[in-house]
Amino acid sequence: MSAVPAPLGLLAELTHRCPLACPYCSNPLELDDRTTELDTASWARVFHEAAAIGVLQVHLSGGEPASRRDLVEITGAASQSGLYTNLITSGIGLDANRLERLQAVGLDHVQLSIQDTDPGSSDRIAGYEGAYERKQAVAAEVTRLGLALTVNAVVHRANIAHLPALVDLAATLGAGRVEIAHTQYYGWALRNRDALMPTRKQTDCAMRQMEAIHSRYSGRLVIDLVIPDYYARRPKPCMGGWGRRSLNVTPSGLVLPCHAAQTIPGLTFWSVRDYALSDIWASSPAFEAFRGTVWMKEPCRSCEFREQDFGGCRCQALAITGDAAAADPSCDLSPYHGRIIALAEQAATAQETRYVYRGRPAVIATPVR
Amino acid sequence: MSERPKLAPGVRLHFDNTRNAWVLLCPERVIEAEGPASEILRRCDGSRTIDEIVDELAVVFAADRAVIAADVTDWLSELKAKRLLLA
Repeated sequence: MSAVPAPLGLLAELTHRCPLACPYCSNPLELDDRTTELDTASWARVFHEAAAIGVLQVHLSGGEPASRRDLVEITGAASQSGLYTNLITSGIGLDANRLERLQAVGLDHVQLSIQDTDPGSSDRIAGYEGAYERKQAVAAEVTRLGLALTVNAVVHRANIAHLPALVDLAATLGAGRVEIAHTQYYGWALRNRDALMPTRKQTDCAMRQMEAIHSRYSGRLVIDLVIPDYYARRPKPCMGGWGRRSLNVTPSGLVLPCHAAQTIPGLTFWSVRDYALSDIWASSPAFEAFRGTVWMKEPCRSCEFREQDFGGCRCQALAITGDAAAADPSCDLSPYHGRIIALAEQAATAQETRYVYRGRPAVIATPVR
Repeated sequence: MSERPKLAPGVRLHFDNTRNAWVLLCPERVIEAEGPASEILRRCDGSRTIDEIVDELAVVFAADRAVIAADVTDWLSELKAKRLLLA
């Protein structure tokens, strides 16, 4: 393809290691082992190549990026390449000293996750005793240093009734921006769907509350909302279109069009160990597979929205319909749209109350109300 | 207009060599800052008042001061509403 636009963002999954065990974790079911992780110099090269092909922002993520002992060096390398650096963190593993060093090497922004509004529920969701308290301390340090802070909360059945309070908490923590993201059901979240899925009624109520919150915080707090797919009528333009704006580098160096792309069988991913990032972006088979609109089937192929939503999410299409080239079933033009709503309603009423954590015993999700 | 506007933490102006354009890099977004916008934003460093910025731009663009003042005020209030600017 000759006219592939330059990418804007790169998600750098520095490690799959994480002290938390959130049941909606976006990492794949099979994790990259520590011994396979790219070293500091390789990440520096990736950032240099990324900036050269037009990437402007790098999102340092994981797992928990602070689990990397060389996080400061990695961040410095990204900044040296001219990239805007965004640290996506649970906060665990960050203290005042480390944050100061990160700021000194040019860190632009911190995105801190919170799980719920009270310590007991938060720690239960995260599968980590004391997580809530640590996060409060990290937020305080971030704002003391004058670093920009976004607070991110993933929404599911156990916290969907607390959205106004979650936004209030984010404001109290000093965030300039809040991201309220409904769970996306791939990987661990798909495995835990019965324990996570809210009912339609809870979802509708939450969406109404968000409108009120928006106007209450207008001009004081930027609030971004990721809508709940299963109860949607139109799909999201996932990743802003496959291979169109973003790329994702796994801990071991594979380059993916989206973080869940490995759930799609038959895709060939190229590694930064073997290829230059520019070649991967331009011609790796995985990027070519669903780029543009030529791969589309009906109803997407002739749809007037095909250049707006790009058929939605390929991973969700696969998970629900068995065909990664089908329309995302969250679209009401998909023949599987009824099925995704039925799945959501079934999951929401399944009365499953245990979270399956990776490598740990199951834990009761929601206290009985 | 004696405020001294300054880009908010986590917001910076950047020249994008690939696209040959000025952009404003912000938390989780990139905003185009073409032409006059980049000239305004370059001067939002916390040292100049809005009046001083308008004076400088009236010279740069050799344009009517009142027109420039209106443009600058619009741009800055939009950025303030998006929390990208402190003043």
